[in-house]
Amino acid sequence: MATMTADQIQSIEERFPQVFQRPFHKRFGPLMLLGGIFLYLLYALWFFNLPQVMRESHWERLPLFLTQWISYDVQPIFRLDEPQITAKYPRFSVLGPNPDPDWVKTNADGSVTILIDGTAKSITFTKTQATIIANGETVAVALGTGKPLISGPVPGWITAHEDEVVADMGFAGEARVAVDRVRIRKRFLGWANFVFDTRSPFFGKSASEVASLIVSGPELKPGTSNLALAGDNIWNNAQWQHGDVWTKLLQTIVMAFLGTMLGGIVAFPLAFFAARNITPSRLVNQVLKRFFDFMRSIDMLIWALFFTRAFGPGPLAGSAAIFFTEVGTLGKTYSEALENIDDKPREGIISTGANGLLVQRYGVLPEVVPVFISQTLYQWESNTRGATIIGAVGAGGIGLKLWEAMRTNSNWANVFYMVLLILAVVFIFDNISNFLRRRLSRTIHDYNRIQAEQG
Amino acid sequence: MTLSVTAPSGATHQMADAWRRQTSLRRLYTAIGVGLLITALGSTMWFADEANAGHFFDRLPHLLDFLSWLVPKDWNDVWRAMFDIASPHDTGTQEFNFPLGRAYVWGSFYIPEYFELMLTTLNVALVSTFIGFVFAVPFSFIAARNLTPHPVLRLIVKRLMELLRAFPEIVIAGLFAAIVSIGPIAAIIAIGLHSIGALGKLFYEINENIDMRAEEGLRAVGANWFERVRFAGLPQVLPNFMSYTLLRVEINVRISTIMGAVGGGGIGEELKLSISRGFGAKTIALVLLLFTTIFIVDQFSAWLRRKLVGEQAFVMSA
Repeated sequence: MATMTADQIQSIEERFPQVFQRPFHKRFGPLMLLGGIFLYLLYALWFFNLPQVMRESHWERLPLFLTQWISYDVQPIFRLDEPQITAKYPRFSVLGPNPDPDWVKTNADGSVTILIDGTAKSITFTKTQATIIANGETVAVALGTGKPLISGPVPGWITAHEDEVVADMGFAGEARVAVDRVRIRKRFLGWANFVFDTRSPFFGKSASEVASLIVSGPELKPGTSNLALAGDNIWNNAQWQHGDVWTKLLQTIVMAFLGTMLGGIVAFPLAFFAARNITPSRLVNQVLKRFFDFMRSIDMLIWALFFTRAFGPGPLAGSAAIFFTEVGTLGKTYSEALENIDDKPREGIISTGANGLLVQRYGVLPEVVPVFISQTLYQWESNTRGATIIGAVGAGGIGLKLWEAMRTNSNWANVFYMVLLILAVVFIFDNISNFLRRRLSRTIHDYNRIQAEQG
Repeated sequence: MTLSVTAPSGATHQMADAWRRQTSLRRLYTAIGVGLLITALGSTMWFADEANAGHFFDRLPHLLDFLSWLVPKDWNDVWRAMFDIASPHDTGTQEFNFPLGRAYVWGSFYIPEYFELMLTTLNVALVSTFIGFVFAVPFSFIAARNLTPHPVLRLIVKRLMELLRAFPEIVIAGLFAAIVSIGPIAAIIAIGLHSIGALGKLFYEINENIDMRAEEGLRAVGANWFERVRFAGLPQVLPNFMSYTLLRVEINVRISTIMGAVGGGGIGEELKLSISRGFGAKTIALVLLLFTTIFIVDQFSAWLRRKLVGEQAFVMSA
């Protein structure tokens, strides 16, 4: 193929002016849009003072927090300035009131060995000498001279401060050696005392021991069966607060259910008056539609704050907030569904001389009920998620508990427990709602198909 | 046409009976369903009432008292609160200290406090939607069955988006509040991450429904994955993407207000404070401002969406 001549090029350009001579705003529109976005982002950078916030942030905490989600640590202290080296555990330690863990060993010569991760990562110390083993290296620390002295080279995993030697053993924990004490942090994967807390008589017993106690053991607390005692101990576990967490979770579910259902019940009759094909009065239509817009636009948060003040904090406030928002949302979607119905069945019923109510019942309802139910289910599903969030402002449910647990910044395992529960609830409700809506949409589909067949 | 009336035969009788049986069975099911629903509603109402700090019927008579603090003594205070103008009722309490919030820009020109807070909330919503959009677009092309570069990659990205979507925003916000300190940045990260999941899902569902002929053409001339997505995928889906993104802006404005109320900065924080302390004029000013903003954002977004994709823009979306 030969190259095109200038004439040919010109003739093509003349034939397709819409391609070659596009107006200015079309040619440079996207570029200007990108430029605008770029400028906006620069402005946002300045507005939120991002560089400074980033400088002051503590990203090193993130992995620490995430490990705390799925692990716990024990931090005993060994005093070296007392006659005998004994372990001191913090009060309310997860090991219970009389801990005697098998990873702390008192040797025949009076020295103490702590197995932080088996013998590969361990520390052995007397009052004058500590030997730290990790990563295949052995480091000796002399403690007799007033401050800890490392003999030999200092490996990378050891930090020597003026009065303390810190051995970082990664996930397994760390050892901090000073002349008068050795502080250990040993980390365990999992959740401590998830079933029974340290005050429970079942604490520290294996599953089979607990089972045999429940089935045939003597009553641990006179007057109460062991099964009831076990149930009570689990429910009132001080560390995990199963009872409180599950009650609050149920509150969240109830808030979403109650708010959505009541909203649907109230929106249902109103939607008939708001639909312009069913109620011919423009005034009534418009008033109701603006009312729906109003209820929807005043955010769920504002309703939640108001009702928290009116009814006091709790699920009642949350339910009321969801109810008020849902009247707006469901009223709008219901009335839109009503305006989209096929008029023929309705005309047929009217032609038989049926009264107003009967016309709605037999001419309109069969067509819209599946749509209504489907939309209500969808809202229920999304409100289950929303109820968690408004809970955090005091409207009841697990939201507030979760938010407080996160703000105190200490018990991330508890946070993760609640997050898992919320995720499970959201997942279950998503699936129930999806399943039901699929079934319904099949009904709607069948209905349309039959209608199409009959012309 | 003539109507022929035939005497009911045995077969018609049978049919009528069957029909009657069927309807009565269906009515029974409906009755059971309604009964269950009413029981569920009743018991949940009782449960919610029991667990609440104040009970419904105890508090109901006081509902009007509660509304009475909301009505300001002087309605002009609402405007004064909104525009930070000194009030004659100012006694030094927080309820009427309107001019304190002024943010001077230059000279005596200032931005009223509430407008600045509203701007923060809006900016949080916009920036987080932008983050969501920027990540959701490539993710959606990877997650779409017809355009994915690799099935394994598709699975990973889909699961990742599901995870981001499932996490309630406050969980992410709480985690990041501990890292970048509590404030708008934590809210942006939380809402942004959630938006990636939410938009990504909508986007990849659009991607799976595109006309593949353009893509085949590009494949025939040897275009790589990026070029196929850029020249065959993107032009078809961009209007829909923009439409969903605008819907997301509407949702994010609401969520960023809520995030504000739990410490994420912006107007939500001030609203919570003013409602909990019973500052009538301030509350009304804040609600008015928030209501107007949400209304304007919704209307503007609806108008833009109608321009972009026509009436289709009004389909309910997740």
